[in-house]
Amino acid sequence: MQSQLPLYPESASNFAPDVDGLMLFIVAVCIFFAVAISVAVVYFFFRYKRKNADDIGVPIHGDMRLEITWIVLPFFLLMAMFGWGAVIYVDYRHTPADTLDVYVIGKQWMWKLEQPNGRREINELHVPVNRNVRLVMASEDVIHDFAVPAFRVKMDVVPGHYNSMWFRPTKTGRYHFFCSQYCGTSHAIMGGWVTVMEPDEYAAWLAGTSGTSDPVALGAKLYNDLACGTCHTPDGKGRGPSYNGVYGSKVKLADGSTVVADDAYIRESILQPNAKIVAGFQPVMPSFQGLVSEDQILALTAYIKAQKDQPVPGKPAAGEPATGKK
Amino acid sequence: MSGTQTSTGGEFKLPREHYLNATYGIRSWLLTTDHKRIALLYLASVTFFFFVGGIFATLIRIHLLTPAGYLVTPETYNKLFTMHGVAMIFFFLIPSIPAVLGNFLIPIMVGAKDLAFPKINLLSWYIYLVGGSFVLYSFATGGLDTGWTFYTPLSSIYSNSAVTPAVIGIFINGFSSILTGLNFLVTVHTMRAPGMTWFRLPLFVWAHYATSLIMILGTPVIAITLLLAGLERMFHFGFFNPAYGGDPILFQHLFWFYSHPAVYIMILPAMGVISEIIPTFVRKPIFGYSFIAASSIGIAVIGFIVWAHHMFLTGEATYAAIAFSFLSYLVAIPSAVKVFNWTSTLYKGSISWDTPMLYALGFIGLFTIGGLTGLFLACLGLDIHLHDTYFVIAHFHYIMVGGAVMGYVGGLHFWWPKITGRLYPEFLARAAAIILFVGFNLTFFPQFILGGLGMPRRYHNYPPEFQVLNVMSTAGASILAIGYLLPMIYLTWSMRYGKIAGPNPWPSTGLEWKTDSPPLTENFHETPVVDWEPYDFVHRPDLGLSGAKAPGKLAPAHGDD
Repeated sequence: MQSQLPLYPESASNFAPDVDGLMLFIVAVCIFFAVAISVAVVYFFFRYKRKNADDIGVPIHGDMRLEITWIVLPFFLLMAMFGWGAVIYVDYRHTPADTLDVYVIGKQWMWKLEQPNGRREINELHVPVNRNVRLVMASEDVIHDFAVPAFRVKMDVVPGHYNSMWFRPTKTGRYHFFCSQYCGTSHAIMGGWVTVMEPDEYAAWLAGTSGTSDPVALGAKLYNDLACGTCHTPDGKGRGPSYNGVYGSKVKLADGSTVVADDAYIRESILQPNAKIVAGFQPVMPSFQGLVSEDQILALTAYIKAQKDQPVPGKPAAGEPATGKK
Repeated sequence: MSGTQTSTGGEFKLPREHYLNATYGIRSWLLTTDHKRIALLYLASVTFFFFVGGIFATLIRIHLLTPAGYLVTPETYNKLFTMHGVAMIFFFLIPSIPAVLGNFLIPIMVGAKDLAFPKINLLSWYIYLVGGSFVLYSFATGGLDTGWTFYTPLSSIYSNSAVTPAVIGIFINGFSSILTGLNFLVTVHTMRAPGMTWFRLPLFVWAHYATSLIMILGTPVIAITLLLAGLERMFHFGFFNPAYGGDPILFQHLFWFYSHPAVYIMILPAMGVISEIIPTFVRKPIFGYSFIAASSIGIAVIGFIVWAHHMFLTGEATYAAIAFSFLSYLVAIPSAVKVFNWTSTLYKGSISWDTPMLYALGFIGLFTIGGLTGLFLACLGLDIHLHDTYFVIAHFHYIMVGGAVMGYVGGLHFWWPKITGRLYPEFLARAAAIILFVGFNLTFFPQFILGGLGMPRRYHNYPPEFQVLNVMSTAGASILAIGYLLPMIYLTWSMRYGKIAGPNPWPSTGLEWKTDSPPLTENFHETPVVDWEPYDFVHRPDLGLSGAKAPGKLAPAHGDD
C-alpha cells in the first residue's frame, strides 16, 4: 500500500473554490447538528439511566415553542444552503460568451475529443490554463458522464441530446477525468487525463509541434506516441512492414502491382491503410484519419525518409531499392 | 381483557392456545389467512433475499480490496452490484418492516382480529414469491448488469444480461406492495377498536398509513416504467432509445417519480418502529406526538415532488433544477422534526439500556448522519461535484442500512417476545447491536471521503490513491457481517430455548402488549376498549410501575396542541 490517504481532491478550476467554500459551510452546519444531537443523546442516556426497575419518566408531552424553533431555525439554514448552491449551479449552467470549444463524444467505452482546429484525442484532453473551456458533448450509445473531480465539474452525456459544460482551469498539471454514469461492462476504465498547459505550450501542442521544430525528431516521437513500432518493427517481423529502406523504393503489393513509396503513398497508407496492401501482410492497420494532423503526417514522412539507409531485413546491404516493404 | 397468560411465582408459561399452535401442518401455513402467520412467511422470505443481497455485498467488498479489482471480472462485478441493489431494495427493504412487522402488528395495534382483507394479504405474499422467482431466474440465467436503476438505453438495448425476466419480476412484485398498502389503509380506516381514535393510534400505525399512501400511488408508476423498458427491449418500441425516436431522460423522470418516494417507503416504517421503542424504554410519552404523526404524512406528500433532484446533471432545465432543489430542502424539515422530538423524549425519562433501545439510539445517530449528508446532495452547487460518486453510496446506505435496517432489526428485537413468546439472550443481543453500529460506521463513513475525492460509483477498479479508504470499508463490512449473523443465530435459538416472555415484558403501553405472547389467532380474547392516551405510563396501573395513578381521570392531551 504505497498510496497515501488523501482527504480532498486538488483544486484546479474556477469552480473549485466556490464549491469548496459551500462545502465547508454545509459541513460546519452538519457537524454542529450531528454533534449537538449526539451529545444530547449520550448525555441523556447516562443522566437519565433507570435506577429502579419500576421507575417511570416525567410525563412531558411536548412544547410548542420548541417545535416552532426547530422548524423555523433549520428552515433558514436550509434556505441559505439552497440559495448558495443555486448561485453556483446557475453560474455553471450559464456558459460565458468567449470559450474554447472542445467536442466530446462518449461511446462504450472511450472518450473521443476534438480540439477547435480539428486535432483529435482519445481519453486525453489538453486545455490551456486560465481560459474558459466549453465541452460540447454527445453520446453514440448509452448515457455517459464526463467528470473532473479536480475541477468539481461533471455533466451527463446523453444520446439524442447535446449537453455542454464549462470550466476555467486555474492550475497546470494532469488531472483524472472519469465516466461517472454507469454505462456497461468497462465503465470503470472509461476515463483519462486532462492536461492543463501554459497557453504557449498549448498553442504549440495544438499545432502538433510540441515545442520542437525538427521534423525527424518529431516524427520519431510520434512513431513512439502512436505506437507505430508495435507492428512496424525494424526487423520486418511485425504485423506491418519495416520502415527501413522503404522511402523512394518500389513496393510490391498484394494484388501483384508495384508502387513507388513516395510522400503521397505514405500519407495514404497512414490515413487509408487498406487502400494498398503490401504483399505478404494482412489488412489489419486502423485508420489514423483525424488522429494525426497534416503537420504530423509530414513529420512521420520525414522520419520514414530518415530510415532510408537503414539495413533492410533480408537484404545483405543497405541503400539498395527494396521490394515488398513499405 | 388481558389474556389467560398469568405468572406463577414470577415465571410465565406460554398460553395454552396461540396462533402458532392453533393448527398444524404445511397446509395450515401455506393457506393461512392469519396476518401473523403471513408475517412469518414474509419474515422467512425477506430474510432469504437479505442473505442473497448480503452475499453479493460481501463479494463486492472483497473485490474492491485492491485498485485493480481482486476477485471477479468487470462483467461479474457489474452484475454483483446490480443484483445486490435489486435484491435488497425491491425484495428486502421495501417489504421488510411493512410486510413483516406491519402485517403482524397493525391489526393488533388497532384492536382488530385481522387485516381488512385477509385473503388478499395472503395473495400479496404469493405475488411477492412469483415476482421474486422471476428475479432469481434472471440472476441464475446470465445475471443482471444494468444497475438497480435500469437506466435506458443501457437496460433496454445495450445490456447483454437477463433484463427481461428481472423487469417482469419487479413489475409483478409491485402488485404485492399495492395490495399490502391497500390492506393497511382500509384496516386503519375501518377496523379500529372502540376508543381507538386517530390521535390514539400508535405512531407505528401513522408511519404505515403514510407508507401505504406511497405504495398505492407510486408503485403503479415504477411498474409501468419498467414494463415500457421491457417492451422496448423485447419489441424495440421507441420509448426511451433516441435511435427509435424515444428519450432516455423520460425514463429517469418516471423511474424516480416512484423510486424517490420509495426511499420513504423504506425509512418511514423504521421511523415508526423507533417511535414505539423510545417511549417504551424511556417510560414517558413521546415528545410532540402530533408533530411526529404529521411529519410522516408531510414526508409522504413532499416526497412525491422531489424526484428530479436525481437528475440535476442530465441537462434538465436550470429552472426545474432550482425548483427541485428547493423542494428537496423542504422535505428535510419533517425528518429533522422527528429527530428533535425523539431526542427530546429522552429528557427526564427513565432510560433502560435494553437491546431495542440501543438500536433506537443507533438509529438516531446514523439516520442523522444520513439525513444531514442528504443536504449536500440536495444542494445544486455541491451535487455537481458529488453526484454519482461514493458520497451518494454512503449517504443512502446511512439511510437504508443505518436507518431502515437498524429500525427493522431493532423492531424484531422489540416485538420478538410478542411474536414468539420468548426472550432472546440479552447480553449477546446488546453486543450484536454495538458490533453492528461500529461495523456500519467503519464500512460506510470512509465512502463519504471517497466520494468527496471524486471516486465514481459502480467502478470495478479504481486509481491507487483510493485504496486505503476502500480497505477500511471492507474491514468494516466484515465486522458488519458478524453483527448480522449473530442475531440470526440467537433469535433462531431463542424460538425454542428462550426464556418465556409473558404478555408485556418491557412493559409497554400499546394494545399489542395487552394480549398473550404469542397472541391467539383472533388476537384478543374479547374486543379491547381503549380508554388511555398513547404512551401514557402514568394512568396505567395495570403495568405495575411506580407512580401510577388510577385511570378514569382525564388523561392529558398529547402534544401541546
